[in-house]
Amino acid sequence: MTVVVFVEGDDELSLQALTLGGQLGEVRAVRVDGPYAPAAWAKAIVAAAGGDDVVGPGSDRGNEVLAHVAAQLDLPLAANVTEVRGDELTRIRWGGTLLEEARLHSPRKLMTAAPFAFEARTGQVEAETLSPDLDGAVTVVDHVAPDTGGRVSLADAKVVVSGGRGVGSAEGFAILEELAALLGGAVGCSRVVTSAGWRPHADQVGQTGTKVSPDLYIACGISGATQHIAGCKGAKKLLAINADPEATIFAHADYAVVGDLHEIVPAITAELRKAQGS
Amino acid sequence: MRILVAVKRVPITGGRMVLTADEQAIETRHLGFTISPHEECGVEEAVRIVEAHGGEVVVLTLGPPEAEEQLRDCMAIGADRAIHLVTGEEWDAQATAAAIAAAIRAEEPFDLLVFGNESADAGGYQVGIRVAYALGLPVVTGLKGLTVGGGRARCEQEVPGGRDVYDVPLPALVTVKEGLNLPRYPSVPAKLRAKGKPLASIPVERPASRLEKLRLVVPEGARKQAESLGSGPEAAPRVVEVMRELGVA
Repeated sequence: MTVVVFVEGDDELSLQALTLGGQLGEVRAVRVDGPYAPAAWAKAIVAAAGGDDVVGPGSDRGNEVLAHVAAQLDLPLAANVTEVRGDELTRIRWGGTLLEEARLHSPRKLMTAAPFAFEARTGQVEAETLSPDLDGAVTVVDHVAPDTGGRVSLADAKVVVSGGRGVGSAEGFAILEELAALLGGAVGCSRVVTSAGWRPHADQVGQTGTKVSPDLYIACGISGATQHIAGCKGAKKLLAINADPEATIFAHADYAVVGDLHEIVPAITAELRKAQGS
Repeated sequence: MRILVAVKRVPITGGRMVLTADEQAIETRHLGFTISPHEECGVEEAVRIVEAHGGEVVVLTLGPPEAEEQLRDCMAIGADRAIHLVTGEEWDAQATAAAIAAAIRAEEPFDLLVFGNESADAGGYQVGIRVAYALGLPVVTGLKGLTVGGGRARCEQEVPGGRDVYDVPLPALVTVKEGLNLPRYPSVPAKLRAKGKPLASIPVERPASRLEKLRLVVPEGARKQAESLGSGPEAAPRVVEVMRELGVA
């Protein structure tokens, strides 16, 4: 049997974890009741799992809960697995820009499913509910919501207009802001930009920033480092605007415009305004 | 406050992953190295806490002899001393955590242990959590905000739609994410001072890997053939046409 843990309700990533679980054996889906308390949740899962394999989603919390399970059992954990072949598996490194083939030496398999590596299981899923012992547990005590000023969040935006080193300065982002506002999208940036202090880290798209999945990602003056690609590879389409025709970003792009973003971005904004008749 | 920060040396990969001939590692002959980004913020945070409350920041790494460079960088940010568990090999997360926990035990007590949420390269999401279990400490992960005082830590963890807050007694272990702060660029005098700070090198033997790396693979299909929409501002009408086709304009 394989115990598949639903960490955040019937979310897409948990349904994908079910598919991975199904490849290991007959699936038994569980969810945990009450406030998020990873150590206490893991204890309940360990008790329920007996000697079975345990699989979770490759979300932050899925990886966290499974790491607690692994630490409690002192067994190896393979995080963000994309494929299983008996005792061998493939997992992601570097935010998915590199893969590792590995062998698990363990009497039981503990793993998380890399996001979007498996099809989500469809149809009715019956999950049993576990009740953790929350006495003395480390648990969430409060939630604070940021003031987004009514703007769409980077993670949810249908269009992301993102800037890199080529934007040149904090002020340079004004033209990206304008285009994003016109498209009802959000502004993003690369790690170079946040390290320089031009934009807050909350705007960073990348392996160590936000992972985005818009319909269109517009990369302006972004070279295309793997750190950045790890955050925007979920975009349906990528338009790269870059002065350097040899920039790596073009190898990841669906559409390319070569030239100075400081001229091109305002021209697109003007053209959109013209088309919108405003 | 005595704070220990665990860091990892990782290559600055640039635009393309190139592997060594034996497929065991990234070809790094032409690459620079850095502190894994989450952990650099961990060092900065620890230094700020000690600047405010007094105390000591110890940095620790498990890595090759060259990782001394990253430990010196941590001390240039403001860490007081460093412990280097020296090994030429790559360790799995479980063995890494066991070795780090043993090294910490020899240096206790600490009020706070700071780890990265996950390393930039291997991304196992578990070393900090395993060390917390080995040392019997509460653990909170993925911090984007941290306030310590009165023997407790208020921890803010980024979640979709905001931040969840945890309040834990010290000593505790936290794992942090980039964005917790903006790490300083060390000054030249700070870099010079870092060269003279104490660094203990301890050779360690790798136990058998239970998650054994067989080989690395660069994912296929990563390269696309982009459709050119033109060059310069003259491309704008074609760009807007594409936006309409995609239904975003």
